[in-house]
Amino acid sequence: MNDIINQLTTYFSYPFVRYAFIAAILIALCSSLLGVILVLKRFSFIGDGLSHVAFGAMAIAAILSLTNEMLLVMPVTVLCAILLLKQSQAASGVRGDAALAMLSVGAMAVGYLLLNIFSTSANISGDVCSTLFGSTSILTLSRTDILVCVVMSLIVILTFVFMYNRIFAVTFDESFARASGINADACNLLIAVITAVIIVLAMNLVGALLTSALIVFPALSAMRLFAAFRQVMIASALTAVVSAALGITASILFSTPVGATVVVVNAAVFLLCCLFKRA
Amino acid sequence: MRLLTCKNLDIGYHDGLVARDINFHIDEGDYLCILGENGSGKTTLMKTILGLTPPIAGEIIFAGGLIAREIGYMPQQTLLQRDFPASVWEIVLSGTLGKSAGQGVQRFFYSAEQKKTAAANMQRLGIKDLAGKCYRDLSGGQKQRVLLARALCAASRMLLLDEPAASLDPKATEELYVNIKKLNDEGLSIIMITHDLAAARAYANKTLTIGKDIVFHE
Ligand SMILES: Nc1ncnc2c1ncn2[C@@H]1O[C@H](COP(=O)(O)OP(=O)(O)OP(=O)(O)O)[C@@H](O)[C@H]1O
Ligand SMILES: [Mg+2]
Repeated sequence: MNDIINQLTTYFSYPFVRYAFIAAILIALCSSLLGVILVLKRFSFIGDGLSHVAFGAMAIAAILSLTNEMLLVMPVTVLCAILLLKQSQAASGVRGDAALAMLSVGAMAVGYLLLNIFSTSANISGDVCSTLFGSTSILTLSRTDILVCVVMSLIVILTFVFMYNRIFAVTFDESFARASGINADACNLLIAVITAVIIVLAMNLVGALLTSALIVFPALSAMRLFAAFRQVMIASALTAVVSAALGITASILFSTPVGATVVVVNAAVFLLCCLFKRA
Repeated sequence: MRLLTCKNLDIGYHDGLVARDINFHIDEGDYLCILGENGSGKTTLMKTILGLTPPIAGEIIFAGGLIAREIGYMPQQTLLQRDFPASVWEIVLSGTLGKSAGQGVQRFFYSAEQKKTAAANMQRLGIKDLAGKCYRDLSGGQKQRVLLARALCAASRMLLLDEPAASLDPKATEELYVNIKKLNDEGLSIIMITHDLAAARAYANKTLTIGKDIVFHE
């Protein structure tokens, strides 16, 4: 026990570790708030698709050896999010889910193909693996990564606080919200952009394939336990923060990959919540 | 006093016309029932009145100081809502958002006045003790009363109800109709879509039948 505490104290005595820890928790918090909305709007599949798109964009950024990959990945993902939203609202044309499936699988394939052909890196599978499943340790996150995470997360959280009533109204009943003069299109656009931003941020932490876990698990756990919207939002945020903290700590202690560990903890919490019946 | 007139109105979506040449008018205190088969365009007409879908041709004229966002609207229930985690209070309160065109913080958070409106409308429909209950645990009749209370929060003079009694048993249906009639007697103009001819005959003073021919009956 003393060993463990010593090990953790040593780790957390580096300011850099502390910052990474905070950034990771903020990302988890944002994902969980967004998750409630996406799950209730039946949009969680969009989050999944977008993470694949982000992988494709990341691959291209790597080939172009951009110094800041975000500059390419973020706009591409945001653009796709907006397109997908429009697509899912249109009654005609290719069905939303089919379009998404094509886009996400296509982006993965193109991304991997390009990496294989053009990459100058000696360790392609290592690169691909960390993009898909996240950094092996939070220490590999760069200082700018962390700064961007913190700023973006704070913006997202503030947006949720200030738009809370509107977001609730649009999620619960879009026609009614429109009829009472709420700009539902703007709200949906906001949600799409936030989704894209969070997925790109979360990709640094847990990797492209695991981002939807951060989005979906806390929301589902919270909905098992609570039945009012505000309670669900708060519970989802708490679950996410606790799971992320536990997961990261565990990954330090047992030197396991961060992303996978955090997701496993989230899944475990969900199973636990399933055991309790809603009061 | 005249509140609403539809003149030679054609409604539909960009991929086609749904119904054409609709003419009717609503005065203060009127109770209009809209009748017609499934798919005849009743919901579309309501959405057009509310400004959710643009009219294809013709005019909708508001009069007597009525504006679209002051119309209370009770949409046809969607499947999505059935298992939505929200408390009755949260839902009714969201009905006041349209009126909150206030300044500063008022635009983002509920004011004391909005909370008062919500509470008063729950009192009006006798669902005050349901406030903390979860929407998905309510009976069909209670759910409809919650949505009616929400619509009332937005309505000052007119209510649009889209098949409010769908999926209710005869007793709950009757209770709902009595509630709506009470609101009508208090001065609200009602436009209600229904498949219930008996109710239309019992409560409405005007009917509009949408089909091959549009028939407006005063
Ligand atoms: N968003 C939409 N885009 C295109 N067409 C639509 C849309 N919504 C409805 N329609 C079409 O418009 C027609 C009228 O639909 P509407 O919902 O107004 O019927 P309704 O009279 O309310 O039927 P019901 O009694 O089943 O509620 C239908 O043929 C429907 O397919
Ligand atoms: Mg209808």
